[in-house]
Amino acid sequence: MHAFTYHRPTSVADAVAKRSADDDASYLAGGMTLIPTLKQRLAQPTQVFDLAGLADLKGIVVTDGAVTIGAMTCHADVALSADVRRVIPALSDLAGTIGDPQVRNRGTIGGSLANCDPSADYPAAVLGLGATIHTNTRQISGDDFFKGLFETALKPGELIVKVSFPISKRAAYMKFPNPASRYAVVGVMVAENAQGVRVAVTGAGACAFRLSAMETALSKSFSVAAIKDIAVPADDLNNDMHATAEYRAHLVGVMARRAVAAIA
Amino acid sequence: MTKISLTVNGTARSGDVEPRTLLVEFLRNHLGLTGTHVGCDTSQCGACTIHLNGKPVKSCTILAVQADGQQLTTIEGVAPTAQQGGDALHPMQAAFKECHGLQCGFCTPGMVMSALGIVERHKNDQLTEAIVRHELEGNLCRCTGYQGIVNAVLMGAKNMGVRVA
Repeated sequence: MHAFTYHRPTSVADAVAKRSADDDASYLAGGMTLIPTLKQRLAQPTQVFDLAGLADLKGIVVTDGAVTIGAMTCHADVALSADVRRVIPALSDLAGTIGDPQVRNRGTIGGSLANCDPSADYPAAVLGLGATIHTNTRQISGDDFFKGLFETALKPGELIVKVSFPISKRAAYMKFPNPASRYAVVGVMVAENAQGVRVAVTGAGACAFRLSAMETALSKSFSVAAIKDIAVPADDLNNDMHATAEYRAHLVGVMARRAVAAIA
Repeated sequence: MTKISLTVNGTARSGDVEPRTLLVEFLRNHLGLTGTHVGCDTSQCGACTIHLNGKPVKSCTILAVQADGQQLTTIEGVAPTAQQGGDALHPMQAAFKECHGLQCGFCTPGMVMSALGIVERHKNDQLTEAIVRHELEGNLCRCTGYQGIVNAVLMGAKNMGVRVA
């Protein structure tokens, strides 16, 4: 690991000001990706700003219409929250499939989304449930947030403060995990909320994406039969040692059908 | 160097570390607590599992500076009289011995710390073999298999007063 200096900002404003003043600095959330990246010398920040001390970035608030989760809330807190389980059980389920218990005690929703790993689970929740990402300066629709491989709409220094998930009528997340890492080879979130049906896929492409063909079909008839003949093109899907693009395309269909079957 | 002060197994400890020092390095090399092992160093195997403020975490993927001001428990601190030099085992450690929940023993400290996390999460409901197998997913044993380990976690939990199906 290359050397860096370590700082604990005292407020969101303090963190943003200091991070924004140094293009080579990095925020540290739970560290479940950043620290392995530092170990491999794939990143070389000059300064690291640890967000763990910022209490206003933590916590889960359930209101009539939404679940709002602070950026520094760890996966275990989301997975084990009785409030989240009551209103969006699919979100509890998804958080409970990330990594393993030890990783879930450290990794955070804000860190996961800002990192935008193509195989991370939370992007499927944000896109599938139609969430809004609140940063220190603005609100970003989940539909506009994921831009590509490890690339988001966040500007340099911009900090995710919280994520707001509208309460869906029904939702289910199905995932084909990598057996070693538990990252999603493919994960699919199917949800129906006030705006309609959403189908979001993670693990298969450069970043999470929606499947409009399935959304249209499920809007007409919310059933496994409605999507069973919808083929997913493999053209732009990930092709690596874990799975070929064709296999991922196949898995998208399987996971989508399982998700629909769970809530139809 | 950065000065850190933390509580380890009930005792106040401090040290000067580089920000890039891993927590497991601090425990092993600075404090001499070598019960916490480094297996893979890639947050997969769980041999480095300790409790940070009561929650199991992988100390190979935490910076020592992140633990400044926090409460830690390592395998050296789980037995009731360990800090006084006693050699009595914690019920979970005793169960690993009784059930032959180890062969080479390298993964065992992490297994015990994860097992105690499972007990903590399920102390008010009923523990099953399926839950134990699922929630040990962050710990790898490369000797012989998990049957003895699962048996040990169930026995240890039962002896700690948890309902076991």
